[in-house]
Amino acid sequence: MLERLFLRLQKNIDSTLMVFISSALVVGLFTLYSASGRNVILVLNQLFYIGLGFILLWITAKIHPKYFQKLALPIYIVGLLLLFGVMFFGQSSHGAKRWLNLGIFKIQPSEIMRIAVPIAMAWYLSKRENNRHAIDYIIASLFFIFPVILIINQPDLGTGLLIAASGFYILFLAGLNWKFIVGGGIGLFSLAPFIWTHLHDYQKNRLLILLDPSQDPLGSGYHTIQSSIAMGSGGLIGKGWLNGTQGQLDFLPERTTDFIFAVFSEEFGLLGNLLLLGLYGLIIGRSLMIASQAKNTFTRLLAANIGLTFFTYIFINIAMVSGVMPVVGVPLPLISFGGTSMTIILISFGILMSVHSHKELVGSS
Amino acid sequence: MSYTKNNQNIYKSRFFFKQRLGLLTALISIAFLAIIGRFFYLQIFKYDFYKGLSENNRIAVIPNVPNRGLIMDRNGIIMADNYFVYSLEITPSKVTNLNKTIDDLKPIVEFSPGDLKHFRKILKETSSLDSIPIKTDLSEVEAARFAANKLRFDGVEIKSRLLRRYPKGAFASHLIGHINRINEEEKEVIKKLGWQQNYKGTDSIGKLGIEKYYEAKLHGTTGFQEVEINANGNSVRILNSTPSIEGDAITLSIDSNLQEIAENAFNKYRGALVALNPKNGEVLAFVSRPNFDPNQFVGGIDADEWKILNGSLDKPMLNRAINGLYPPGSTIKPFVALAALENDIRKPPFNIKDPGFFTLPNSGHTYKDWKPYGHGVVDIVMAITISCDTFFYGLGIELGIKKLSEFLSHFGFGEATHIDMFGENAGLLPSPEWKQKRYKQPWYLGETVITSIGQGYTLVTPMQLAQAVATIANGGLMIQPRLIQSIKNNQTGKIETFKNKIVRELHFKPENLALVKEGMMNVTQPGGTAASVGAGASYKMAAKTGTAQVVEMKRNQKYDPNRMNERHRDHALFIAYAPAEDPTIAIAIIVENGGHGGSTAGPIARKLIDYHLLKKIALSKEDNRAGSLESEYRD
Repeated sequence: MLERLFLRLQKNIDSTLMVFISSALVVGLFTLYSASGRNVILVLNQLFYIGLGFILLWITAKIHPKYFQKLALPIYIVGLLLLFGVMFFGQSSHGAKRWLNLGIFKIQPSEIMRIAVPIAMAWYLSKRENNRHAIDYIIASLFFIFPVILIINQPDLGTGLLIAASGFYILFLAGLNWKFIVGGGIGLFSLAPFIWTHLHDYQKNRLLILLDPSQDPLGSGYHTIQSSIAMGSGGLIGKGWLNGTQGQLDFLPERTTDFIFAVFSEEFGLLGNLLLLGLYGLIIGRSLMIASQAKNTFTRLLAANIGLTFFTYIFINIAMVSGVMPVVGVPLPLISFGGTSMTIILISFGILMSVHSHKELVGSS
Repeated sequence: MSYTKNNQNIYKSRFFFKQRLGLLTALISIAFLAIIGRFFYLQIFKYDFYKGLSENNRIAVIPNVPNRGLIMDRNGIIMADNYFVYSLEITPSKVTNLNKTIDDLKPIVEFSPGDLKHFRKILKETSSLDSIPIKTDLSEVEAARFAANKLRFDGVEIKSRLLRRYPKGAFASHLIGHINRINEEEKEVIKKLGWQQNYKGTDSIGKLGIEKYYEAKLHGTTGFQEVEINANGNSVRILNSTPSIEGDAITLSIDSNLQEIAENAFNKYRGALVALNPKNGEVLAFVSRPNFDPNQFVGGIDADEWKILNGSLDKPMLNRAINGLYPPGSTIKPFVALAALENDIRKPPFNIKDPGFFTLPNSGHTYKDWKPYGHGVVDIVMAITISCDTFFYGLGIELGIKKLSEFLSHFGFGEATHIDMFGENAGLLPSPEWKQKRYKQPWYLGETVITSIGQGYTLVTPMQLAQAVATIANGGLMIQPRLIQSIKNNQTGKIETFKNKIVRELHFKPENLALVKEGMMNVTQPGGTAASVGAGASYKMAAKTGTAQVVEMKRNQKYDPNRMNERHRDHALFIAYAPAEDPTIAIAIIVENGGHGGSTAGPIARKLIDYHLLKKIALSKEDNRAGSLESEYRD
């Protein structure tokens, strides 16, 4: 009886990937407990979102990829309309418009676009795969360029650039000619002055800091010094769980969210870092393996994009915390505190599992 | 061309995919190796260096929180400033037994039950690593007593904090707004806007009114002090320091004398008032009654106090000036009259013989005038002056709802004014399309009848109504209202001022506008609905009264204010501008449950305009009519 229930639950779920994800989540909860100053409520809150995320992951994994394909355009259009909605009816809080109040709950459409954009691009490029012209790549690019402009205007530079990156992954994997990649790079470079004049002051500052970190008068200096001390003093084996002095003594900013890796690194040292990085490597590896085994272009592009975006978050976050990149607000996936990003990540793994478990049933057309 | 060929078969596309995925996998591996290299550098190669920093001398960066910018009225009178307090703060993670520490503190510092409750509330919301104030206004004696006992209390310290103060208390509270502790959602916004650095050390943020809208200007720039501290947490030396820059100072367009007269004039009544300079859109008075004391919110409001404010039937937290929605009642009539004239109907000498009711053609349905046996012979100027319902019923039917609705929309009805305050309501201007969409029902002719006298679906905010009156006063040039005159940057000393923002230019035929203005001018003259309001004035005031029903009357039921529940009495409305020849002030007033517009709302307008034009503070109703105004005429 129980066995049958378990089998039913397990259907469509890739147990390998699930084990890796769960391990990372456990590491995350322990780190969060320490980073929050043993705040049980905060940990329970995170646990709630993990539970919710797992339910959504399970549901998503059961959906056949052909439905993603069918729903790609509608979801994308709804997402885009919601983004426009934010522009006109969005709730502004201190000059930034991000939320749309739908009566019962508030939504942040830019988060929806994180999934909707890759799905829509994969749908379009796979639809045109037998007769793809240069114009198709341009149309596909518009799929991410429009929302990215809207999101950067909200203003939310971080999310905008991450969506742009995920759009680029899809174009690249779909076989965008190298000439276009180089040409596009040059084009973007020459458009830079135009884009520059349309940025908010603080966005300009951030980009300036990106080019020359020493320009930052107050900011990343502080963050970087503190997180470097935390990481460096962790040494080979770390100071032990709950014993990190930097993390515990109020030195680290954003220690439960963007800078949680510094707390982990101080308490578990280089060995801990290697283990966590290994775990992440396994998750990315498994994702890309699922992508390469996928049976049609749509699922291939979609699955690979999920793995690559996951990598991008990890790379940017760790590079930022260890002081080789300027401070941009990107959380560490599966570890950082935060309900929305947790649910979105788990849903995207649900899509990945759906691709994997339905691959035999997908025709090659 | 070769491009297309390359992509023509699926096999090739798949080959491409694998090749490129391989390439990206290689890049990922390189990226991971680079990160691992960085780990080795920090944790092995530089281990001793960082270990030393972490164990002996740690570098702490202490924010220098900037002074929040001042808010002043147009005469330089302070509406919001800051003051220093000594506050006793506890860092829970540094304390071994929190309850015992608090008990030990009791003989030294006097806590009120509210202090402790407030402390427990913040304790639940914040990380135990943050320092939490337990008493924010320590007396000097208490501060000295604690200093003598400091060694007994690890994790407890005295900090000097800058608190926001609203010297005028509840005065203009909806306009100024208030600050309060930053909540989770705001933390998220601060992060996404890239403000985290600047908000390090700041624990409050503007929540309402000017304090919220101009948060970015008022906050100022946080400075930082890099200090080396030893293992005990005491600072050894300052390495680097950047001073903070005080927030910008905001000068409002409000005249606080005028504001005070307006607020006092409301007395115990609920309602709202907006006074504008029609020539430049500057808001001269912005009232929403009842109001609240913004000082209650500074540093976090007590849960009980909040319950009282939020639960009150009088809704003191509702900003009625921009969020209160009211039927315009008869104050819509000048606009409806202009709609008729501009559409070439009802031009004088056209007149009607008013029997006291209007019968809808082809249905026999009758609509009553407010005056039982009618007004006699009435033309369009007279119709405004005496507020003749019958005249407007017929006018509305002939004009039709489409033309009427379209014309009224030019005045900004049903559209936000975009004043510099968040959360404004747009009101409601009904049309057949709107009704079809909202109720899935066709528009009925009877609804046109009542829409013509400002009843029915139409809803306006006092701000909208004020802007519409200002537009008439200004001859059709509609200017976006604004609450501030200038912003002064404290670093550069530069003063930023604002140009008039023209919403739209309405071109009316001068003779039509003149007729409407004549009708409004006669309202305050003998025979007009607000004759008493204009009595004895040394200037000419154009106005219109209005009454909006709160509860629907049953047929044959007579409206008797004395026998009704106070909250079911009609709302009184009043719009005005003066001097009628060359207006410098336009006003919209709504007195909730105030009865007829001329009797409760009108006198408020008179007091305001008297002050504005004559700089005479109206003392009481009787004095107003004494006729001594002329001697003090200064303008």
